[in-house]
Amino acid sequence: MSNAIHLHYEVSDEDFTRAGEASGAVKKRLKSLGYNPDAIRRVAIAMYEAEINMVIHADGGYCDVDIYPDRVEILLSDRGPGIPDVEKAMQEGYSTAPDNVRSLGFGAGMGLPNIKKYTDEMRIETTIGVGTNLYLTVRV
Amino acid sequence: MVVKDIIDILEGEIICEGDLDQEIKTACGSDMMSDVLAFVKDQSVLLTGLVNPQVVRTAEMMDMACIVFVRGKVPDDSIINLAEQRGITLIKTRFRMFTACGLLYSNGLSGGTKV
Repeated sequence: MSNAIHLHYEVSDEDFTRAGEASGAVKKRLKSLGYNPDAIRRVAIAMYEAEINMVIHADGGYCDVDIYPDRVEILLSDRGPGIPDVEKAMQEGYSTAPDNVRSLGFGAGMGLPNIKKYTDEMRIETTIGVGTNLYLTVRV
Repeated sequence: MVVKDIIDILEGEIICEGDLDQEIKTACGSDMMSDVLAFVKDQSVLLTGLVNPQVVRTAEMMDMACIVFVRGKVPDDSIINLAEQRGITLIKTRFRMFTACGLLYSNGLSGGTKV
């Protein structure tokens, strides 16, 4: 669709403190476009959790965001290890994150469940040893 | 309750000043940011013993106006800068998590959910 606003961000795994920068930028952009605050928050939280996941598990990657009048579509793509058991990863409390991540406030096994909760559509394409593509849609 | 009241109740000290008259309706106390992100509430304050930039980013995503660091913990400059750019008030209190939450609760602030 030609009237979509397209945004692209690289997510680096080198600096955990910068994780969330892309989500924050998208949030700001949506705010300036006048979208509903609740919808903006849902986009921001889902994308933030996904961004954190990319940094924790997958050595970074990139996000493509398409903003339409009625929805926001986000692709988060990484070349990480892939998710061996997606069903398990979707369970609240299940986490494979290393202990040092827990001391940073993440790794509670709430990432993917939270993402599912705040999005209208969520699709995971994952291949072991190749990477993961996470497709999210939030109606705004 | 407004941010200023929280400072009074917790005998807190301002580390980064945002809008002190911003109304606060609910509170959330946690060191796990994913647990904070699991519950969307409007106009909340976050109480935490975790001191890293992701605390500010979590508050940003949640539209939180204020973060209270418990047990007298002091955030570093990178955290303060992030909060400044986002207009989020940072407060430190000497009280521990349980006591700080209890003080706010007994002064009328709720968790925003029934459970």
